[in-house]
Amino acid sequence: MELLRIATAGSVDDGKSTLIGRLLFDSKAIYDDVLDSAEQHSRRQSSEYFNLALLTDGLKAEREQGITIDVAYRYFSTPKRKFILADTPGHVQYTRNMVTGASTADVALIIVDARHGVVEQSRRHAVIGALLGIRHVVVCVNKMDLVDFKEEAFRPIQDDLHALLEELEIESHHFIPISALEGDNVVEKSDRMPWYEDGPLLPHLENLELSDLTQDAPFRFPVQYVIRPLSNQYHDYRGYAGTIASGSVEVGQEIAVMPSGATTTVTHIESPDGEVTSAGEAEAVTIRIADNLDISRGALLSSASERPTSDNTLDATVCWMGERSSLRSGAMLRIKHATHTARAMVNELQCKIDINHVSVTEASEELKLNEIGQVTLRTSEPLVFDQYASSRGTGSFILIDESTNETVGAGMIGRPPYLGEIGS
Amino acid sequence: MNSPEPNSNDLLTSSQLKALEAESIHIIREVVAEFEKPGLLFSGGKDSIVMLHLAVKALQPAKLPFPIVHIDTGHNFPEAIEYRDRTAKNLGIDLVVGSVPEALESGRVQASTLPGASRNRLQTPVLLDTIRDRKFDAVFGGARRDEERARAKERVYSFRDEFGQWDPKNQRPELWNLYNGFTNTGQHIRVFPLSNWTELDIWQYILEENIELPSIYFAHEREVFERDGMLMAYSEFLKPENGEKVFTEKVRFRTVGDMTITGGLKSDAETLEQVIAEIAVARVSERGASRADDRTAEAAMEDRKREGYF
Ligand SMILES: Nc1nc2c(ncn2[C@@H]2O[C@H](COP(=O)(O)OP(=O)(O)O)[C@@H](O)[C@H]2O)c(=O)[nH]1
Repeated sequence: MELLRIATAGSVDDGKSTLIGRLLFDSKAIYDDVLDSAEQHSRRQSSEYFNLALLTDGLKAEREQGITIDVAYRYFSTPKRKFILADTPGHVQYTRNMVTGASTADVALIIVDARHGVVEQSRRHAVIGALLGIRHVVVCVNKMDLVDFKEEAFRPIQDDLHALLEELEIESHHFIPISALEGDNVVEKSDRMPWYEDGPLLPHLENLELSDLTQDAPFRFPVQYVIRPLSNQYHDYRGYAGTIASGSVEVGQEIAVMPSGATTTVTHIESPDGEVTSAGEAEAVTIRIADNLDISRGALLSSASERPTSDNTLDATVCWMGERSSLRSGAMLRIKHATHTARAMVNELQCKIDINHVSVTEASEELKLNEIGQVTLRTSEPLVFDQYASSRGTGSFILIDESTNETVGAGMIGRPPYLGEIGS
Repeated sequence: MNSPEPNSNDLLTSSQLKALEAESIHIIREVVAEFEKPGLLFSGGKDSIVMLHLAVKALQPAKLPFPIVHIDTGHNFPEAIEYRDRTAKNLGIDLVVGSVPEALESGRVQASTLPGASRNRLQTPVLLDTIRDRKFDAVFGGARRDEERARAKERVYSFRDEFGQWDPKNQRPELWNLYNGFTNTGQHIRVFPLSNWTELDIWQYILEENIELPSIYFAHEREVFERDGMLMAYSEFLKPENGEKVFTEKVRFRTVGDMTITGGLKSDAETLEQVIAEIAVARVSERGASRADDRTAEAAMEDRKREGYF
């Protein structure tokens, strides 16, 4: 896979900044085929502590700027892969930041201090990752140098989090003992932990294969924009532009146009580089069809045989992000779902979800800032959707305050797979 | 560095660029769909050139339904102006020019009397006037998040009030690929479709797509003089002073901005591959130096501001 999006979160002083600094810094060294490896190494040894400190300080200073809704995006790459890192502070006050960063992430990178073991924050990061549909978790047990690189410090943490991740139904998880400060198992395999059989962090991230669940996913294409050149050359051209939310499509394929349900055939698919015979998830394309149907932004082209749900009642998990308001039954909001905007009323706040534990809920009258709950919404017009667990693109939405236009909520249609019966 | 041969690394780079390209196209289409009057800030710099290239791809085969906007300091490399005008003509799109010299003349803005003051600062009021006059509600800018540490938290959609001011409280969380474009009266947005691109991505994309750049990006003979350790291009806007001697040197420029403050690099890199190779080496040696890091970062930031990133 071309881009890997990582969400990191860590408690203060677990070493997250140091680790990120090292990833950013050391990954550049991998690109250098201009220098011979000996020279690379000595340059790294001499300048590295200074540069690492610089980067670390910079990252800390940003954190000290106070509680905001920010997510810091950092970029690094190796010849094998480009990485986008969404970094947020780990404290519960930053839950909405973590939700934001996790929304596009493929992998959650959780840092644990080897001396402290699994703390509440580590659990919360795992729970939020699971809620947001992250399917891969990498746990770095850091500061191994302060526990003599002993296996006894690492295994209990691995066992503890392994149990949690299984409960959260995150199948792909991996644990690496590291020292961000000294570099053990970050880019290069540590020779001080012979009991650890697997490789270091960066190669693991380079080779991580994202499960290709998308292979058989049903085709979903929210129509973003209708391209009508109306020029002499393209007089009758009418193309539906958008990004494929899931699945794939081929020329000649029968598709359904939602919400009407009418069917038609795909006649052309244009990629940014010209016509193609098929296209898949995350590709931005323009689709033309055989029939002259009334399709505009907000419509959804889908597989004819496996259609999405069309309904004006939704059961969804919502993270409230509004500072000056809370989510309550009866609240009227705007909802943006894929390319469709409508109004939504909160029918019922079923419960608040405790994000420090799995499957714990409590009744509540309102969702305040950073709280997550299960909500029933009624929309002014039917939405065409899938469960978030099957398709992030057609299962996610944002809630917008009608008077301030602020984004006040992030929603995922359906309920977390691991959440038991709600009640009591 | 030898000239690159197609190998699996190249294919990988290509697929990474394709992913970035798709994301940018998605953003551009969202803006065109939801805003009445977008405009695209175009400086002739490499980032704005890539951004324009992406916009064309996003909306083809229709013509761009919005103009390109150049905030002109008046101190342009003639090559950059030629490139700009030719681009607008070839694409059949409108070019809106917000002119700093005209604003100076009309008294709309005032030049600083400080020595060495550039017209950089004056671009902001001229941009705002242009936005107001033309009623732009969304303006595309070529800024990236990797440019400097402070930009790491920038959004793709940046909400501005009528003074172009950015209030941290008015910025919105950006989840999934859902962008909340609802604006309040008087607000406009700046959109940064290149947010997730790094400098290296930009150069590799230019190479892969064979995008033409203004000729000043490549090594060429030029009359220059040295000032403050930089090689300044001799022009009608900038003349040497006390004892500064004009000589001919082979140079290339990293940005296409105000000629009076843009320094050139002594270089033999005449092709895109050679320029990229030089940049790779420069990045390597930058890492080793300590003091130089600060200076380079500072200088680079200045460069980018000059390139028209507001
Ligand atoms: N001994 C040791 N110290 C570390 C390690 N990683 C980070 N630190 C130190 O722990 C402190 C906090 O690290 P920092 O990266 O700022 O933590 P953050 O707050 O989680 O970003 C700093 O003094 C680091 O030098 C490690 O692997 N071993």
